[in-house]
Amino acid sequence: MESLKFDLSTGGVRPLNQYLHGPASELNGQRITVLNPDGAHNIAVGLNAAVKVTIDGHAGYYAAGMNKLADVTIEGSAGTGVAENMMSGKVHVKGFASNSAGASAHGGLLVIEGDAGLRCGISLKGGDIVVGGSVGSFSGFMAQAGRMVICGNAGDALGDSLYEAVIYVKGEIKSLGADAQIEPLGDADTTALAGLLAAAGLDHNPRDFKRVASARTLYHWNADADQEY
Amino acid sequence: MSTEHPVTFKRLQREESASFDRGTLDYIHRASNTGLYEIRGLGAKRKLPHFDDLAFLGASLSRYPLEGYREKCSTKTVLGTRFAKKPIVLDTPITVAGMSFGALSANVKEALGKAATAMGTSTTTGDGGMTQEERLSSKTLVYQCLPSRYGFNPDDVRRADAIEVVLGQGAKPGGGGMLLGQKVNPRVAKMRTLPEGVDQRSASRHPDWTGPDDLAIKIQELRELTDWEKPIYVKVGATRVFNDVKLAVHAGADVVVVDGMQGGTAATQTCFIEHVGIPTLAAVRQAVAALEDLDMRGKVQLIVSGGIRTGADVAKALALGADAVAIGQGVLMALGCNRDTYQQGGQIHSAEADYAALGTAPGFCHHCHTGKCPVGVTTQDAVLEKRLEPDWGAKHLKNYLKTLNMELTTLARACGKQNVHHLEPEDLVALTVEAAAMAQVPLAGTNWIPGRAG
Amino acid sequence: MCGIVGLLLKKPSLRPRLGELMVPMLIGMTERGPDSAGLAVFTPPLPAGQRKISVYSGLTEDGANYAWSGLVEALNAELKVQARASIKGNHAVLTFEGEADPVKAFIKAHGPKLHLLSAGRGIELYKDIGTPAEVAERYQFSQLSGSHLVGHTRMATESAVTPDRAHPFTAGEDFCLVHNGSLSNPNGVRRMLEPRGIRFETDNDTEAACRFLEWRLREGDDLHTALQKGFEALDGFYTFLMGTPTELALIRDPFACKPAVVAETDDYVAIASEFRSLAHLPDVKHAKVFEPAPEEMYVWKA
Repeated sequence: MESLKFDLSTGGVRPLNQYLHGPASELNGQRITVLNPDGAHNIAVGLNAAVKVTIDGHAGYYAAGMNKLADVTIEGSAGTGVAENMMSGKVHVKGFASNSAGASAHGGLLVIEGDAGLRCGISLKGGDIVVGGSVGSFSGFMAQAGRMVICGNAGDALGDSLYEAVIYVKGEIKSLGADAQIEPLGDADTTALAGLLAAAGLDHNPRDFKRVASARTLYHWNADADQEY
Repeated sequence: MSTEHPVTFKRLQREESASFDRGTLDYIHRASNTGLYEIRGLGAKRKLPHFDDLAFLGASLSRYPLEGYREKCSTKTVLGTRFAKKPIVLDTPITVAGMSFGALSANVKEALGKAATAMGTSTTTGDGGMTQEERLSSKTLVYQCLPSRYGFNPDDVRRADAIEVVLGQGAKPGGGGMLLGQKVNPRVAKMRTLPEGVDQRSASRHPDWTGPDDLAIKIQELRELTDWEKPIYVKVGATRVFNDVKLAVHAGADVVVVDGMQGGTAATQTCFIEHVGIPTLAAVRQAVAALEDLDMRGKVQLIVSGGIRTGADVAKALALGADAVAIGQGVLMALGCNRDTYQQGGQIHSAEADYAALGTAPGFCHHCHTGKCPVGVTTQDAVLEKRLEPDWGAKHLKNYLKTLNMELTTLARACGKQNVHHLEPEDLVALTVEAAAMAQVPLAGTNWIPGRAG
Repeated sequence: MCGIVGLLLKKPSLRPRLGELMVPMLIGMTERGPDSAGLAVFTPPLPAGQRKISVYSGLTEDGANYAWSGLVEALNAELKVQARASIKGNHAVLTFEGEADPVKAFIKAHGPKLHLLSAGRGIELYKDIGTPAEVAERYQFSQLSGSHLVGHTRMATESAVTPDRAHPFTAGEDFCLVHNGSLSNPNGVRRMLEPRGIRFETDNDTEAACRFLEWRLREGDDLHTALQKGFEALDGFYTFLMGTPTELALIRDPFACKPAVVAETDDYVAIASEFRSLAHLPDVKHAKVFEPAPEEMYVWKA
């Protein structure tokens, strides 16, 4: 199918976003290519239709922010907050992602083939994130629900103040955050991992991953527990 | 040695220390019992320089008043004219501040919306997301984007009339929200994506930006998302107000909200409430000075909150340069907070026993954090929340807001104004040196403003 | 808050174009830093017996009409240093024989409102209030040549918008620093350094970081060691980009909230707060693009 092209070097993001906010009945199934993104911010934010967008280059901050239903591919790298607060749909970064990737996402799937920066999956609220490379420190910080799969290494303080989100790591974990612990990998975990890796198009053995989850000792204030507040 | 003390020494045996007074002794005994800081609701309780320390210079031989009622005094207020295609147009400058569903019950949220709609003003969501009750009942709804991002989603952004990016609030600048487990019931838990019954601590920084340079990009994201239709507010707790307001303007805010230290909360550490932030009186003048410095008066609007209680407070805030005010604690008190009775099923009931069970009494209660609000306002308990019936609450809140609005116009008319937004600092004098210095108005009967030469 | 840019040209034949390549980078950071801009450029070093000093006259009464030639005449008459000046309005680069300190003292005595921007054998420093485009035009940045430079655009957070509070800040000779972020303990750092004979010119938090490094370098630490101590002593959020005659160096604090991205090819290394500022550089589509990790020192040699 023909792809509709938007050249950001001539138009800027505003006409692109306004077009992509049109009625879903008209947008569903359309293919859009964004040319010369050159690190522009807020490309394809607030999409709300089953449209397929390809960003041909590097994106700035908040690319595909608050995505719903749409399928967005970024051929290069993505800046801070890619797919932040995503509700559903898919965002795929071929290069690396900067800080706060997938922050506060409620649903959908974020795939990052390269590395992700610090605070990947911070405040996650039900979305899924799969990273082919490594993630920076404080990833999964205060992650409330959803799943993260890290095929490389994780930095310091992984899963600090974790709620009910679960993090799977294949490589080394530099250090665990407060209340995060490594738990045995069960059958439900390997099944979930197999599904997530397949959806991301990455080839790893689920059994090679560690499961990191909340010890749930921070759920209630407790003076005797010497908690860090 | 005699065990009887002579009459003349009796009073010395009961001398209270000013530093280690009874309140401080309770604090220390409590800390030694629990090993944890005290958490409570409402705002700063200690005496602070406030609007009561200012007075208006009413009409005189040189300045002529307007007749009440017959001669119009306009209260129309427009917020968000800088960039938005659809600014907020209100019938009054008195708005309802952000208070979360979770801190408050759903019935209360509905009452707030109904009253605000009847008054032609706005309500604000709070740190728990947008409820159907509030969106359906409130004609103009401001949707908050907070560090926690609880329940934050693009559909609600699209349904909102304005978006308020919250950096902090006056009760706890630098601290995130807090909701204790007893208030995290199934509905609240679901909206906030939390397990039921846990003690909720919100983050104190936003997850995907820090600093005004990145805030500028975040504001652009929200604008792009809404195709530039809705005003974007930026709310700060009052600390370095002059700098913060300038930076908020640089970052692209349409409206700046400044919340002074008297501002309330449903739950936070007492040490935060009483010892962080600056009084609202000082914050207003600094905020206005920042806007004047950037030549943004009238282009970026200022909303002031933090202990606004009366029509006189509203008038003084406007005179100092605010475009509007937001009220939180006063609104809850209009709904019954600290009242000794509540009305349920057409009957008036006493709430005294329930206050006593909390160890407090009407007039002293700050126990919002317990979830056991005796009058059904700051609770999620299925029994207690029935004590605030939405229509009763809406009527009482509307009465309160209407009274404030009438007092505002009375004072404005007395100063000769046809429009409440024409009130200015020169209409005011200060009754104390602190208030004169903070508000930058002269001490009554003098030309003296501390800190200003000449 | 701010934007930072850095450019190091590995390929000598590109060096005459240093300024031309850099100006779009600086202007790309205007939204992050609209109120002031500055840069320090490192040119081929003068012989060992010579120095150059960059001086700003914008704070004097005459401003851009300052009588630079009068200053040079008086300087040569008094100290016999064979000084000559290269002038652009409110800015001059004075090149002369001998050590920098006597000349600096003379200038301060002759014109107390003259602001000394930098001293050394390779460094020239420009900074002023105005948008990045205005400052670039004022000092003809597009004509600059050299091996590497450090640039900055400023959005003032806690101290005022004045030319002396713009970045870069310098310490000693041939060293400069730019900063994106906000330090939370600059006053304590200043109070620690002042009794040790370190003089402060402004209340800007970045200057506190620069003077801290100046102190450590003065005490014999190399840059790497000085920065390691900086991680302990300096609190807050920061990305620092520094320049010496032979290097560009970059570090980010452990929280890494303030952004930084690097693009490297065989011909150049370019650093900026956002990729937008790198998008126009030659062959950037094939560059190695990455984000520096927190708490690690990156050094590129010219």
